[in-house]
Amino acid sequence: MVARLRSLMAVKWLTVYAVSYMLFLYLPVILLPLFAFNDATVVAFPLSGFTTKWFDVLWTTEALHGAVRNSAIVAISTAVLSTIFGACAARAGARYRFPFKSGIIGFIMLPLVLPEIIVAVALLVMLVQLGMSLSLWTVIAGHVLICTPFSIAILSSAFAGLDQSLEEASFDLGESKWGTFRRVTLPLVMPGVISSLLITFTISLDEFIIAFFLTGTDVTLPVYIWSQLRFPTKLPSVMALGTILLTLSILLLILAEWFRRRSARRQGRDAAAAGGFV
Amino acid sequence: MIRRLTKEDRQGLTLISPTLFYTLLMLAAPLVLVVTFSFWTQNYLDIDKTLTIANYHEAWTKPIYQVLISRSLRISLLVTLVTVLTAFPIAYYISFHVKQRKALWLFLITVPFWTSYLLRVFLWKVILGFNGVLNSVLMQVGLIDEPLTFILYNANAVVLTLAHAWAPFAILPIFVALEKIDRSLLEAAEDLGDGAFRRFRRITLPLAMPGIIAATLIVFIPTVGDFITPKLVGGTDGLMIANMIQIQFGKANNAPLGAALAISSMFIVALISLGIYLIGNRFGGKVK
Repeated sequence: MVARLRSLMAVKWLTVYAVSYMLFLYLPVILLPLFAFNDATVVAFPLSGFTTKWFDVLWTTEALHGAVRNSAIVAISTAVLSTIFGACAARAGARYRFPFKSGIIGFIMLPLVLPEIIVAVALLVMLVQLGMSLSLWTVIAGHVLICTPFSIAILSSAFAGLDQSLEEASFDLGESKWGTFRRVTLPLVMPGVISSLLITFTISLDEFIIAFFLTGTDVTLPVYIWSQLRFPTKLPSVMALGTILLTLSILLLILAEWFRRRSARRQGRDAAAAGGFV
Repeated sequence: MIRRLTKEDRQGLTLISPTLFYTLLMLAAPLVLVVTFSFWTQNYLDIDKTLTIANYHEAWTKPIYQVLISRSLRISLLVTLVTVLTAFPIAYYISFHVKQRKALWLFLITVPFWTSYLLRVFLWKVILGFNGVLNSVLMQVGLIDEPLTFILYNANAVVLTLAHAWAPFAILPIFVALEKIDRSLLEAAEDLGDGAFRRFRRITLPLAMPGIIAATLIVFIPTVGDFITPKLVGGTDGLMIANMIQIQFGKANNAPLGAALAISSMFIVALISLGIYLIGNRFGGKVK
């Protein structure tokens, strides 16, 4: 009885801890919209009133629009390219056995554990030595490298859950290789592909270190934000911009999660048991 | 031993080759080049391609680089310790006490990580600042009369901010390891008379060890290379080696020295990681 009571108490304390830890995790994120709508030029408490003027500032800032355009180009190209590379590797990993398999896949996943500054510096040295000028394309090249492992992680579970007999049935019924891929394989892994596109898009949109080293005169959004953080007067509108990005990221994530669960369901697996996308 | 490739071998290798070639081209080649580069010297805009260890000599003997590297390692190890220790109870809670909504909890933990890293770090500066959120709340409550100044622009602020930024990366691997534990082992221990603490120490902890090692390495390795957090909240006492690498590639215009610093710190990080991995392996993995 006493032991039971003690273990109940322990669970209660653990719950309290878990909830306060979540508050700690969300503390900075909650502050973002607070300051974005705050009617004061300094980013500090106490809050002084409600305003949307910091959002209005954003519509008239030309440099920002350029950065948004650049980031969109980079993030979309990165999402498409890294998902294609990711799909090749994930399919090969899930479907075939071949020599040095775990070594090759481990090597491709390496950017996940390397400090980004090392990747950025190494790419910079090579590009400069090759005499290439820095542009949005160099940023895309770097982003594809670090996003591909994430894509593989997402698509591996999609391809692993694929029932091979469905493809064989399609061959037996006279479909060509391409026809089988288009009409059987692709629809089954499509939710995973979309989830991968959304996640890699989000990562690229937010990535700073590689973009900072490899960007030329056209800056991406995080590099633009970095340049604005130096000016105290610009901060409230940066908060407004951050709020928009935050909302966008959360929407994309919910969408990605929804697609991932749909993919798991479609393949008849328990969505929760399939794990998150990380 | 050379054997003929089977049809399946060829299909698999063909399919993975685009990704493999891209990684070879964009990761392996640059890494090889950066190592070569670190043995060259730069004089303003001219690169002298004679091989020399001068950069390494400078990186390993000049006090400023020694201070920065040892500080980076100290901060990163502290961050890792704090992150893993605070993450473990959360992972434990979700794995053992959340019954229905595990996926939702995991989702909620990853959401803040997907928001702009730059802005999250900056918001910690807002929270910890002189007129910051923390100080104004504490003053309003009446706990302090003057704003605390020791909480921003030092190594502690860097530790706090990084521990926050890397929390999901520590929670998830530990959670995965805990999920894999066969629950009947715990019941068996209880039936055989182990108390809650003994059961935890003898079964849960050793079996969670692979997750703990993964979390430790996942947090430790990248944090050594971070330069945003030290720059925004670290002040001068919180600057780390990555800031110096960035300066060498930027303002100081001595990229070969920057490369030598990057490789030196990676080398030390690799050694420490190997040590952590070996020690962790000895203590975990099996029920004692």
